[in-house]
Amino acid sequence: MDSDGELLVRLRSGDERAFVSLVERYTDPMLRLASSFVPSRAVAEEVVQDTWLALLRGIDGFEGRSSLKTWLFRILVNQARTTGTREHRSVPVADTEPAVDPSRFNAAGGWADPPERWMMSGEDRKLIRACIDGLPERQREVVVLRDVEGLSSEEVCAVLGISEVNQRVLLHRGRSRLRQLFEDEFGAAR
Amino acid sequence: MRLLRTRDLVCQQAVELVTDYLEGRLRKAERRRFEAHLAVCPHCTEYLAQLRETITLTGRAEPEDLTPQMRDDLVQLYRQWKAGEQ
Repeated sequence: MDSDGELLVRLRSGDERAFVSLVERYTDPMLRLASSFVPSRAVAEEVVQDTWLALLRGIDGFEGRSSLKTWLFRILVNQARTTGTREHRSVPVADTEPAVDPSRFNAAGGWADPPERWMMSGEDRKLIRACIDGLPERQREVVVLRDVEGLSSEEVCAVLGISEVNQRVLLHRGRSRLRQLFEDEFGAAR
Repeated sequence: MRLLRTRDLVCQQAVELVTDYLEGRLRKAERRRFEAHLAVCPHCTEYLAQLRETITLTGRAEPEDLTPQMRDDLVQLYRQWKAGEQ
């Protein structure tokens, strides 16, 4: 498989097949990322198309300081934020919310209502997606980039334009909340 | 019975350290306190295991697929862009 760098060189010289190779390599993760920002698949496809067009227009300015994937994701996040309407559905959440509902601890801070063992009966990938979609916007962005797309914390900071500490706080809140949602779905009957 | 020292973590504090622990961002002393707590607390051990499982499950979220239609649209987009360039 050709490296991103080789494909970019060929794309700059006007090779359509290089563009198609990049499209086949990156459109799936871009669609998934876009879908976490905007309300429908149709809008996600528009955002992804706009991102590819932005790539073509900006290709001479790409200096390779970040990976192509990080660069594409950063363009996409900016496109999605200007297009996105999903965020209006979610209420802003304070970054100080606890990882676990305080009512589950006793006065001394020990578990009163401990975490339930999960009963996984085959994984429901749609349900997992629905749980992720239920996260507040900023937490969802970080969780999707880190844990779905597998970016490093440095790459997530570059894509979203946030500090490392902020990234870690959002990741913590997002993963903690997601654990609770999975417990609600997969935990033994409460 | 061992007396609770003020340096000992309680569960409610331990769950707030899980991400920093997994990210390798706890200072050495903090990490020792956290691990000492896990050693005596099956519930927090379960909680940490669930956080790891959460990360694994998240990675298996339903993917989106590039449809042939969209692929064709993107090739059209490229050709239009290229025609406009020249």
